[in-house]
Amino acid sequence: MTINHRANAGASGQAVSRLGAPPPVVGDRRDGLLEVRGIGKSYVGSGGEKVVFRDISFEVSKGELVALVGPSGSGKSTLLKIILGQERPSSGEVLLDGEPLGYPDVRRGIVPQHYGLFPHLTIIENLMLGDRLSSGWLTWRRNYRALRERAEVFLRAADLAEHREKYPHELSGGQQQRAAVMQALLKDPAIVLMDEPFGALDPGTRERMQVFLLTLWEERKKTIVFVTHDLEEAVFLAPRIIALSPYERETRTVGTSRIVYDRVVRDPLEPLATESKKDPRFTETIEAIRDIAFEPDRERRISNFDDKHTREFNATIGD
Amino acid sequence: MSKRNRYLFGIHAHPPKVVALFYQAVPFLALIVVYHVTSSAYLAANPDGKIFPSFTMMLESMKEMAFVRDVRTGTFTLWADTFASLFRFGSGIVLAAITGLLLGLNMALFPGMRLIALPFVTALSIIPTLALLPILLIVFGIGDVAKVSLIFLGLTFFIARDIYTMTLEIPQELLVKAQTLGASELALVYRIVLPLTMPRLIEAVRQSVGPAWLFLIASEGIAATQGLGYRVFLQRRYLDMATIIPYVIWITVLAFAIDRCLALAVRYLYPWKQ
Repeated sequence: MTINHRANAGASGQAVSRLGAPPPVVGDRRDGLLEVRGIGKSYVGSGGEKVVFRDISFEVSKGELVALVGPSGSGKSTLLKIILGQERPSSGEVLLDGEPLGYPDVRRGIVPQHYGLFPHLTIIENLMLGDRLSSGWLTWRRNYRALRERAEVFLRAADLAEHREKYPHELSGGQQQRAAVMQALLKDPAIVLMDEPFGALDPGTRERMQVFLLTLWEERKKTIVFVTHDLEEAVFLAPRIIALSPYERETRTVGTSRIVYDRVVRDPLEPLATESKKDPRFTETIEAIRDIAFEPDRERRISNFDDKHTREFNATIGD
Repeated sequence: MSKRNRYLFGIHAHPPKVVALFYQAVPFLALIVVYHVTSSAYLAANPDGKIFPSFTMMLESMKEMAFVRDVRTGTFTLWADTFASLFRFGSGIVLAAITGLLLGLNMALFPGMRLIALPFVTALSIIPTLALLPILLIVFGIGDVAKVSLIFLGLTFFIARDIYTMTLEIPQELLVKAQTLGASELALVYRIVLPLTMPRLIEAVRQSVGPAWLFLIASEGIAATQGLGYRVFLQRRYLDMATIIPYVIWITVLAFAIDRCLALAVRYLYPWKQ
């Protein structure tokens, strides 16, 4: 299957352009620059202090789509939670447009892997929740019609108009995640954080969601930080990849996570289709990141686990 | 597979609907038959006996209770008792539900509130509620306040702990997402968490119906002038089983009806709850 998210974005792609003009990029406080400065995170557990990562620093420009990748346990989701304000860093700070960030607020939108929608609200109510929460009762009643029309536009953009009165559990996983993305975008946050949002979807739906997201990003030019452990997804979606890894290649040990890769891997304006996944450059990029951030894990697993058990098994059966 | 296995035995049995209904009715029918046989034998040996009245005797007694005005009070005894009991039952359970909900929600969401209230609520929930009855009767007298208070104290802390546990189970992602959509702390509690906990509150109330009746009947039995529990205990003095047994059945029917109403309320008010 080949999907060109520019030429063949389908109903979603066409409708996205009806969302209205993208917000201005320069001089608008709401489209800020994210700065992660010297962030460290450690936990004190029964086995003493466990340092997940330390001294993580990077910047994300306005309108950038950055994928944050890393093997399990590298702390990429923890880092995202720190940017979101859900967790406090042990050291360092996060700035948005020069202002230090604290607890979660409307400047950061989130699309999690699970529980992206509120189960007790219909899809249209979910999309309008942001407006409802920030309006007084009178303002809400007065502006209800306009707010609803705006939510309807986003619903149509996500091909969900016919599901507006359904509850989230009545929708498929892909539909739910499309609604969750739109819910986050409707609030027009300065930055959208996505924590493996397509991780629970089947491969076909996942590919369609990737195209849906790319189309939205190109239309809206939102600043997006996308966490995933799927390298193919990261390289397909994001012009820039940041990889976190706890592996020390020299000593082949697991230590404290750090940034081992931070590069622009493609031109953001380069036309892209799902067919691009077969391009040698695409696979080379994936291999390069895997080699730096992921490969030592595989080697360690084979030597310490698989091989040991193979020998034990052979010894048991007397082979 | 034999036909018999298909209807009754084995883990793969799947009896047709009519047969399934019959199975469900069997224990009730058996109880009625056993009672009828016992009562007939008893009355044959003791024509004036009161211990095992016949169904006709019970029906006569209930007719009198339901449709003949009491000469002393001027009311229909069954309905006056039912109204008095339901008023106490309803007041106690509604007050307990509201207080338990607010306590549980706030303990779960606000660490300061948790520190202050959780050990206290846990300690109070361990007290055997019926042991409080003499204290309540001494403090509040034999009026409705003591009975409502007993139900209130017996249920509030159970409901509070249930709501507390349920609130902690709400995925953190939802709470954080609400904050990114602009929810203030107050809006988070009353716009997001409260609606999410409502079905669980009704479930907690459903589970409290049994204990609430127990507290009510016990308190009415000790000191009251009206009420279903009062009547049961009063008639015990006269060995009036023809009234006691139908009253117990009536209490059961009321409890069952309340339970079904609450179950239906969850189904229709919260269709999103799967």
